[in-house]
Amino acid sequence: MSTIYILWLRQIKRYLRSRSRIIGSLGQPLLFLFALGFGLGPIYAKAGGGNYITFLAPGVIAMSVLFTSIFSGIEIIWDRQFGFLKETLVAPVPRLAVMIGRTIGGATVALIQGIIVFCITFLAGFHPESWSMVPVAILIMFLIAILFTAIGTAIASVLEDFQGFQLIMNFLVMPLFFLSGALFPLEGLPKAIEIITKLDPLSYGVDALRFSLIGASHFGIGLDITVLGLMTMFFLWLGSTLFARIQV
Amino acid sequence: MTASPSTSAPIIAVKNLTKSFGEIKAVKNISFDVRTGEIFGFLGPNGAGKTTTIKMLTTLLRPTSGEIRLNGFDPAKDQASVRQSFGIVFQDPSLDDELTAWENLELHGVLYGVPKKLRRERMQELLEIVSLSDRKDDLVKHFSGGMKRRLEIARGLLHHPKILFLDEPTIGLDPQTRNHLWNYVTDLNKKENITVFLTTHYMEEADRVASRIAVIDHGVIVAMGSAQDLKTKTQTANLEDAFLKLTGSSIREEDASPIDSLRAHSRMWRKR
Repeated sequence: MSTIYILWLRQIKRYLRSRSRIIGSLGQPLLFLFALGFGLGPIYAKAGGGNYITFLAPGVIAMSVLFTSIFSGIEIIWDRQFGFLKETLVAPVPRLAVMIGRTIGGATVALIQGIIVFCITFLAGFHPESWSMVPVAILIMFLIAILFTAIGTAIASVLEDFQGFQLIMNFLVMPLFFLSGALFPLEGLPKAIEIITKLDPLSYGVDALRFSLIGASHFGIGLDITVLGLMTMFFLWLGSTLFARIQV
Repeated sequence: MTASPSTSAPIIAVKNLTKSFGEIKAVKNISFDVRTGEIFGFLGPNGAGKTTTIKMLTTLLRPTSGEIRLNGFDPAKDQASVRQSFGIVFQDPSLDDELTAWENLELHGVLYGVPKKLRRERMQELLEIVSLSDRKDDLVKHFSGGMKRRLEIARGLLHHPKILFLDEPTIGLDPQTRNHLWNYVTDLNKKENITVFLTTHYMEEADRVASRIAVIDHGVIVAMGSAQDLKTKTQTANLEDAFLKLTGSSIREEDASPIDSLRAHSRMWRKR
């Protein structure tokens, strides 16, 4: 328990100390929100979709959670590089506790980042349909954060260095985001794209966020939570198994 | 080579230990014992297999074959008990740069389950010993190489391990700090009967502090005994000459691991 806590605390401290990182990682979601939101808004309205900002905001929140949590998981490579990883690997504590502490820490950081973006969406004119559902939205953000931190951990456990980083960015993180329905509705897509979006775990995260923030859902909240929950359990298991096998 | 007969039970017992990375055999069938309370020097040129051996002893690498007993436990099976038994100062840095000196120690103490009151007392005391008390609330990233080294040593001692591994601990330190460090280590060894397992490239250090020395080269232990034994055996006047006679004078190439090149890369960036 104390192992989990101290490693969680470490992640939080590191986050709060890197102001440039906090601000830097807000740039991308903001660009998407304002450029796409206001740029495509009129066309979206003309096509009969309604207010695009309202549709887009939950997607952009999910995006910031996705990016921050994957990077938090991948930070293990960084720790390996600067040697700190060894310190935790030789400690007489179960590796599972180390992995859980890191994951919850990384997920908390991603959650904070998501909440900051959530607040910024108000500036673009977004407001949640019902304030009483906001705590639910926060829980969903946290679930998304845990899932993708675990995925990041699993990846980082098998990567030795940042050589493969570009590969992960372009062939995993970006597709996860673009094919999740964060930017466009999942209705009436070509069959191939539809199948891919259904395989993307973030689709269910975005959908659950939309359900809690604007009261609209494509898959249904029950399916969303089931898929997110099962995926999270699977990747926590995979991440901890791979993490336990790390040799340095 | 076998260890000279020992009276007390060995705290580290290694038998026919081998480690291969693919085709390459980094450690070939080595055997040795380290007795409780001794300072054991493990010397060898770059790439001889020193760090690989230490990594196997400390559960960071799994042996390809052979047997290890550390404080009576098997690092391959009983990892938690083995990890509880030792402290280690790694060859390369292993501190969290974004935390303060105090936080680094605190984190270590919690991981090793040192009770809060005792932990705080020892942290104060150890920071005093390594002369970092007045810098305890500074982020480690602002520390010099020597200060980081000293902090790592303090951290390695925080949970009062039975065995202390020092993998080239004095690299990059000035003679004053080196002297200070070895005095502290020999002191600790005498007072608390902590067994010390060290590697170093400074032969005069090994000569001065180690009660027994093993020389490893190309993954094989080529000689073992006290510094005097090695000098007598090779008919040389000092340990450096003995070492060169045992391991030859050609310069060893050590392939840079991906981590090393990454680290070099990041150093380049930080220096700008």
